[in-house]
Amino acid sequence: MKGHRKHALWFAFALHRASGLLLALFLPVHFWVLSYALNDAATLDGFLRWTDYTAVKIAEFGLVFLLAVHMFGGLRLMALEWLPWSHRQKTYAASAVAVSFCLSTMFFLSAV
Amino acid sequence: MTETLAVSVWRGAAEGVFETHEVPAQESQTVLDLVAWIQQNADPTLAYRYACRVGMCGSCAMMVNGVPRWTCRTHISKVATSGKVEVAPLRNLPIIKDLAVDMDPFFDKWTKAEGMFAPSTSRDAPIDTGVDPASSARIAADEAIECINCAICYAACDVVSANPEYLGPAALNRTWSLVNDVRDGRLDERLTAVSGPGGCHNCHSQQGCVTHCPNELNPTASIAGLKRATTMAALKGRIL
Amino acid sequence: MIGVRLYLLQRITALIMVPLVLGHIAVMIYAVQNGLSAVEILGRTKGSILWALFYGSFAVAVALHSAIGLRAIAYETFGLTRGTLGVLTVAIFTALGTMGLTAVYAVTAI
Repeated sequence: MKGHRKHALWFAFALHRASGLLLALFLPVHFWVLSYALNDAATLDGFLRWTDYTAVKIAEFGLVFLLAVHMFGGLRLMALEWLPWSHRQKTYAASAVAVSFCLSTMFFLSAV
Repeated sequence: MTETLAVSVWRGAAEGVFETHEVPAQESQTVLDLVAWIQQNADPTLAYRYACRVGMCGSCAMMVNGVPRWTCRTHISKVATSGKVEVAPLRNLPIIKDLAVDMDPFFDKWTKAEGMFAPSTSRDAPIDTGVDPASSARIAADEAIECINCAICYAACDVVSANPEYLGPAALNRTWSLVNDVRDGRLDERLTAVSGPGGCHNCHSQQGCVTHCPNELNPTASIAGLKRATTMAALKGRIL
Repeated sequence: MIGVRLYLLQRITALIMVPLVLGHIAVMIYAVQNGLSAVEILGRTKGSILWALFYGSFAVAVALHSAIGLRAIAYETFGLTRGTLGVLTVAIFTALGTMGLTAVYAVTAI
């Protein structure tokens, strides 16, 4: 890690970029699987059976976390741009991660 | 503190190597003191740049252990790890020689960002002292105006390294101070200048500029101000 | 490599998606409780205009938002020319939008 990047808000940027990229890569798979609902519900059910595996549940937990952290992190960025400046940027970035972790944990606990 | 410090300095231009010198340690020594000692006592061919030595002129910025800093105001006790320090030329600018970078691309972007004051009245107009010190525009300009052009924010910014057209934090901060200058007569031209492919909208709010600015300015807030001003102007059809 | 229009589009789609994402997460937490099955999911969505509008607007917004975001990543990572970036942005938007609306149609059409 280069020295000029060693600060919390650079990590917040990296998380926002990585989560956005991974979500965008996941979307085509998500849409493709759901499109089987039209005339091949059996295939869709086949895919949905995968979600019984713990490994897949953990991956889903990861996806929910990525979605939540991209949204809450994005809200922080839009607040930064459009509301009066706040000196609590690091607190907001950390809160976005914390809230997202709570939400994805709630999902995981519902799933298991 | 050890009796000598191992100071690695960059030698060369884009291609080059770090050379390490043992420099006598002293009380209250700055990074610039170390570089000057090397040039004066060990290797007179070492190229570097400085002028005021008191944090006013913005000439002496370098990468110290990978972090952009004003070397004249950076005490070595704050940055040396076990008696070692690495000094390199500023990031994101072409290296002329050793620790001296070419500042032209940095200042060219100030011009591209319309960083020059354009009076809205002629010299024959009666002198207007109507700038209210308590107005929100004046307060916003105040916060942006203390820039010393050291290019530390420019070196800290990853958008600058990724997008060659990006105007950078300092130039955009300068534009924001002029957008808030009620005497200025080129508002829409300025907002257009910062709305192109290298404009304010490309900022990712990483806030490396805020983190590393030696004068504790906030270019990210200035750029956010430009994002708002350009958006409102575009929605009203004044720009683009 | 974005100007004020793509910036605005990126932020507007983001704002539109805030309630949609929260709703989507709530539905996921609710739906996953007894395991996922096609019967249960489609029983909720088939023939529902509300779900069609909810996920239809979500699919369009996410296609726009992803296209602009991936454009920035593509430029900053690979340094593509502006023409190539334009083609890439439209291609990503079209592909994701088509796939998304197809999926929404599949789960809501009777």
